[in-house]
Amino acid sequence: MATTTCTTNTPKIEEKPKVLVLQRINAYFEGVLSPHFDLIKADESSLPIPAFLSTHCRHIRALLVMAPIGTFGSSLLDQLPSLGLIACTSAGVNHIDVDACRKRSVAVTNAGEMFTPDAADHTVGLLVDVLRRVVMADRYVRNGSWMLIGDYPLGSKVSGKRVGIVGLGSIGSHVAKRLTAFGCPISYFSRAPKPNYPSYTYFPNVLDLARESDVLILSCALTDETRNIINRDVMIALGKDGVIINVGRGALIDEPELVRCLKEGVIGGAGLDVFVNEPEVPEELTHMENVVLSDHRAVTTPESFKNVLELAIANLDAFFSGKPVLSPVSC
Amino acid sequence: MDKIGVLVTHKPLPYLEQELTRRGCRLFRLWESPESRRLEFCRENSSEIRAIVGNSNFGADAATIDALPKLEIVASFSVGLDKVDLPKCKERGIRVTNTPDVLTDDVADLAIGLTISVMRRIPSADKYARSGAWKKGEYTLTTRFSGKRVGILGLGRIGLAIAKRAEAFDCPISYYSRSEKPHPNYTYYSTPVDLASNCDILVVACALTEETRHIVNRAVIDALGPKGVLINIGRGPHVDEPELVAALVEGRLGGAGLDVFENEPHVPEELFALDNVVLVPHVASATIETRTAMADLVLGNLEAHFLKKPLLTAVV
Repeated sequence: MATTTCTTNTPKIEEKPKVLVLQRINAYFEGVLSPHFDLIKADESSLPIPAFLSTHCRHIRALLVMAPIGTFGSSLLDQLPSLGLIACTSAGVNHIDVDACRKRSVAVTNAGEMFTPDAADHTVGLLVDVLRRVVMADRYVRNGSWMLIGDYPLGSKVSGKRVGIVGLGSIGSHVAKRLTAFGCPISYFSRAPKPNYPSYTYFPNVLDLARESDVLILSCALTDETRNIINRDVMIALGKDGVIINVGRGALIDEPELVRCLKEGVIGGAGLDVFVNEPEVPEELTHMENVVLSDHRAVTTPESFKNVLELAIANLDAFFSGKPVLSPVSC
Repeated sequence: MDKIGVLVTHKPLPYLEQELTRRGCRLFRLWESPESRRLEFCRENSSEIRAIVGNSNFGADAATIDALPKLEIVASFSVGLDKVDLPKCKERGIRVTNTPDVLTDDVADLAIGLTISVMRRIPSADKYARSGAWKKGEYTLTTRFSGKRVGILGLGRIGLAIAKRAEAFDCPISYYSRSEKPHPNYTYYSTPVDLASNCDILVVACALTEETRHIVNRAVIDALGPKGVLINIGRGPHVDEPELVAALVEGRLGGAGLDVFENEPHVPEELFALDNVVLVPHVASATIETRTAMADLVLGNLEAHFLKKPLLTAVV
């Protein structure tokens, strides 16, 4: 039998759950999250991280990771013995040691599908801009060349190009839907064929996919299996008019080899939003006219950020209520 | 087409020039004369010229037609015929052909490409990524394209192709046209201002006529507003260019993707400093594949005419 005891103290205000943040958090993110959670910000402490963790974080159950920078693995997990969730606001989780987390029963959540429309849009934008030379043509106009020299050289038609998608997940399938409307036949390589997409042609390996494609779209996760999945052989198979669009991770491509293949005309062009060692961009690429480069901005829109934060809050709320999280990373 | 005199108004695709020559045509290269001498050039060669191959810059205006009494056919290397005096051709019994359908995909592809490039600021991203100024963790906020309301001025072949592509980005489609079309999924607006008030991205995809000159005027630009984006893959004169420039410079319009200008190749220099604008030099059909197909249509139409067969794509 429980009796309610009245105390003379003020009723305890329900505390917001504590969420650890090791990276610098921007004002917008903080503004959205702080009404829901007590953000424990390591970078505001004068203590170095290890001391901060051992002093303040023994009971921390949730960690928020925003930028996909750095590594979050065993040595960190060892210092967070109560951790049960790493909530990421990125789509890619190659910076998280997902295996180590699984072994310690630490759930990992990511951006789910929140970034998908923007990533797919940016992919199509990069493709049109490479084939139709939009960026270079824009420069041509702005530097007065249209007046002085005359017509700009011809580009290459987008509609009808054979598109090969490496990784037919959320982003890949949204790219496929968009490019289908451009009359592009779609093929793909994935770990297994996708019965949901009978009109797309499955290839069991990237080499065969490249041989039968004019364009390769990289939209898969970076794992040990997919590191350097685009190598010289694949680029030779793609051919001298072939174009690669990468909105996944830089390390999906053998970057020095890509630069060589572009220089030598082994492939025709590339649209790259990601690089192996951001923000470093291989210097030779910066002089090429048959490439379009962007600063890892495939998903940086207010719409994406709002949605990904709502999802992060939902994941954290579910976790703290003992419910299943919404966007767990599949191992 | 042995010995038939063909006036070519612009520097042609090498393939087209080769083919015309191979088939026996005698080519008169109008673009090689200075502008002030062009009518004279026509008169000097008028006894031979029986065909004109024009383009979107120079077709066949009244003065040129008058200078060529033996002119039988104008085969335009374009789909737009705003530079051809159609009533005069009708009057004189001169046939006119254009290049519809073969360029529809290219133009629609570019319209979407320009839209994404403007909204996601791809040219300035490229410049930034090349500059060495990109710092770790820094990002630029741009704005989403998917799901935005797309309004199309003119729902002809090109307008429909643009709509089809935009639908794949989950964009609700609306349009203005002289009359409502049987497209239940697309919302019709009976004036350009109403259309502009109800969309986020306005695309110009109609023919240039007396009625559609400056169809995008101050009122339409105001209705589109500081978050709105204008995409022009039609003709420069569709838009009141000084009003457009002022609106962009003053921030009253959110952005623009422009393939055409009122006085090509002149482009208002005030636009060069803006990163919410993408400018391309009239390249909507400028791919090897499409220009070759356009050339084949021009050749096919000319040959059909001189062999007294039905024309492939006659407008007059």
